[in-house]
Amino acid sequence: MSPTDVVSQEKPTQARTKVINDFSIQVATVNGSGSQTANLVLLRSILLMGVPVSGKNMFPSNIAGLPTWYTIRASKRGYVGRKKEVDFLIAMNPETAKEDVMTLDAGSAVVYDEPLKLNTLRSDLTFYPVPFDKLVTPVCPDAKLRRLVRNMIYDGILAKLLGIEMGMMEQALSRQLGKKAKAVTLNQGALKAGWDYADATFTKQDPFHIEKMNETAGKILIEGNAAAAIGCMMAGVTVVAWYPITPSSSLCESLIGYMRKYRTDKETGKATFAIVQAEDEIASLGMVIGAGWAGARAMTATAGPGISLMSEFAGLAYYAETPAVIFDVQRVGPSTGLPTRTAQGDLLSTAFLSHGDTRHILLIPSSVEECYELAMSAFDLSERFQTPIFVMMDLDLGMNNWMADGFEYPTRPIDRGKRLTADVLKKLGEWGRYKDVDGDGIAYRTVPGDGMPAFFTRGSGHNPKAQYSERPDDYVENVDRLNRKFETARNYVPAPIVDQKRNAKIGIIGYGTSHWAIDECRDQLREETQVEASYFRLRAYPFTQELATFIDAHERIYVVEQNRDGQLLMLMKLELSPERVAKLRSVLHYNGLPIDARSISDDLLSQEGFEVAKKATPASASSMTGGE
Amino acid sequence: MATPIKVNRIGLEPQIYKGGKTTLCAGCGHNAISERIIEAFYEMGVDPKQVIKLSGIGCSSKSPAYFLGGSHGFNAVHGRMPSVGTGAMLANQKLIAIGVSGDGDTGAIGIGQFVHLMRRNLPIIYIIEDNGCYGLTKGQFSPTADVGSKLKNGVVNDLQPIDTCALAIQLGATFVARSFSGDKKQLLALLKAALSHRGTVMLDVISPCVTFNDHEGSTKSYSYVKDHDDPLEEVSFVPFFEDISVEYDPGTTQEVKMHDGSRLFLKKLEEAYDPTDKLAAMRVLHETTRRGEFATGLIYIEPDRDDFLRQLNVVDEPLASLPLERTRPSKAALDEIMESLR
Repeated sequence: MSPTDVVSQEKPTQARTKVINDFSIQVATVNGSGSQTANLVLLRSILLMGVPVSGKNMFPSNIAGLPTWYTIRASKRGYVGRKKEVDFLIAMNPETAKEDVMTLDAGSAVVYDEPLKLNTLRSDLTFYPVPFDKLVTPVCPDAKLRRLVRNMIYDGILAKLLGIEMGMMEQALSRQLGKKAKAVTLNQGALKAGWDYADATFTKQDPFHIEKMNETAGKILIEGNAAAAIGCMMAGVTVVAWYPITPSSSLCESLIGYMRKYRTDKETGKATFAIVQAEDEIASLGMVIGAGWAGARAMTATAGPGISLMSEFAGLAYYAETPAVIFDVQRVGPSTGLPTRTAQGDLLSTAFLSHGDTRHILLIPSSVEECYELAMSAFDLSERFQTPIFVMMDLDLGMNNWMADGFEYPTRPIDRGKRLTADVLKKLGEWGRYKDVDGDGIAYRTVPGDGMPAFFTRGSGHNPKAQYSERPDDYVENVDRLNRKFETARNYVPAPIVDQKRNAKIGIIGYGTSHWAIDECRDQLREETQVEASYFRLRAYPFTQELATFIDAHERIYVVEQNRDGQLLMLMKLELSPERVAKLRSVLHYNGLPIDARSISDDLLSQEGFEVAKKATPASASSMTGGE
Repeated sequence: MATPIKVNRIGLEPQIYKGGKTTLCAGCGHNAISERIIEAFYEMGVDPKQVIKLSGIGCSSKSPAYFLGGSHGFNAVHGRMPSVGTGAMLANQKLIAIGVSGDGDTGAIGIGQFVHLMRRNLPIIYIIEDNGCYGLTKGQFSPTADVGSKLKNGVVNDLQPIDTCALAIQLGATFVARSFSGDKKQLLALLKAALSHRGTVMLDVISPCVTFNDHEGSTKSYSYVKDHDDPLEEVSFVPFFEDISVEYDPGTTQEVKMHDGSRLFLKKLEEAYDPTDKLAAMRVLHETTRRGEFATGLIYIEPDRDDFLRQLNVVDEPLASLPLERTRPSKAALDEIMESLR
């Protein structure tokens, strides 16, 4: 190879100043090529450099052979939402390389597999060709393992080009591979081969740099699904029934791992839990309901298609009043939809899941910390309200890596709800399973085997004593009490997080993973257009009193959602006054990719009457077709 | 002196084991089954407070309200009782679960959950009150209707029936029996034996529907079943708490030792039959079906296989009542997890 091949023939047209700790890297590979280790090592090495970082995997519904993109964002300001633009591309996939390159902004940089000859495509980018196959052969004599080790080379290349210390890379690598000594050695070799090659061959031409900061001390990196699993374990879950479905499977799988390790009785070697892979989502929820009815803390995790299947059982649990905790890690629907892409499309259908007058309590975490904390709250609330609690996560939160503070050990006592005891019975005199003695709509319950009076649980009409009844007055009394219970829940569900700005005319309402983009968007609004926006982050349904107060304090409210129909806005319309509804506007993002700040800012500003420059949407990660 | 009140071995009167007044049709076979359940639980001295009664939807599924009024009951959704029962038993393995289903609830909408229940060997007595039709929706065929059986309106079934016993044996149920609601003695003995078994008991009880399926041309009518009942053996049961020595001829009677120490005596009627032989069990089901008969009695038993909870290796105490200190790992454990993520 002659030195002239090393970088692009022409220098990037724009002279750019150094961009430090504020750019995104996209790795384009083929699914199943073992790039996950390399990507996570890169991610963690930036974290170890003290720079706030986030990682998002955009993968196909496929095991091997289709394109996949992993995006890492370094952000000195701590933004962890998706960045719309890609600044640094690692092009490893021949199938998408051309389009990946063509959609980059001018001034971006590209590391690519040399045979792809991408440097002829554009003259306004920096190109770094790397002969991966040539480099991997000497460091990995076993040809069968080369495919897995090859990707580690780009980590070495990037370490050199971006200025990530090799020590951090090596530390990240040993974190990732743990005690697998042989794998660590092989990968270290590849890492070094990459670094050496870049050191000997490239002159730094792009503006992107990682420089040491001190913003990540003590931080953990975790996926929301694992965080929720830890929350379930710490909540004392004992019965888990599940059916594999993307993107929720890793919640139960990590739970299995943690429970085996931390919930096995030391003396007997027996499990203080039962986890069952059921035959489908219907059976999963049936088992959870049976277990909750018998007094256990029980949960399942699923995604939209599973939620649809659970509909009938959800109504039974609502009406018969049995606790259940259901995690819905939302993906793109309707139907099979885009199984590996993110959305907030189940909100409306889950709030009313099942036939008849049914309403459910939803908890909506935004962060991995909240996945952990709201998992614990979900069990408390499900026993307090004797009803299913749905924890509405999404793929972005559940399956992507998020930086967080270490989770706090729970100090709050758990709430097992209203259980009839001999003392309570004595005080009440007479007990009826569905008798509202406290005026909060919640009756005392008994469970099989507790020695207290038994009752007959049924999904058919019943009176306060749980006897079968088709009487009109019994029916009305019962469903009105259920409504009363739902009203009581408003005082128990997690309150919104409100950041109200003085003199702000507009307010933003958002929930779930939109939070991270909204957070960044508010800075964009302030810095680019001097528009100050208050912010209301919803954490639960039913709504609490803060909602009306927030709307009243602003002239216009933008409800940011990752669905087509503005589902939260619809839910709000059902109970807000027409004057308040008139203030509501939607900002919607529903292409399967995590919402980004730029998209919100542009949409919101254009609704506010600002001129917004239209930019072509980078299409690479959203443009996969075929391969069914 | 007043006559002493009749009580069972745990000091409870028969009255305790009764339930609400039946709302099923007069003469319904299901009522006879409820009566046998009451007798069996009373005579075995089962504590009703430890019993859970489960059912799906249909006439059969109403019946748990008519026995064991002091026990918890759960009338779940159509065809999905097995999952609810599974969850309840996972939560508290000290419970004694009895599930009542129908041939539609099991064979049609619930076939998926039935199949997987049988595979797991969950400790539950699963009774199918089998009348070959949907009673509560006025008599449509169910999946256990025999080929050639006729509805009241003359419609003839030409679809193959599902033999729930053959299916259960193939899938791994460890106690499979068939009986007839009209055979008090056999049904009572089988129910008592079921209470002594640890694992899934699948008991298919042919129970004629007097309103929609008791006419000429039906193969699930009283008279047809009575004429075509082919008992495999004469079943007698000696519970573990009765110290009775039984004289029997090993040539004609087989003794089966139950999980709790009770004994079953199976006196051969026609040809030799060994209910611990899976292949023989499948053969006898196929042969009797071909003859248009119903093989009744204990068809298959495997007394010692691990039940589902043992397979899951759960602690001996009910999971539902474990205290928080056993279900919430220590702060050190959480810190260890956090450290692994840094």
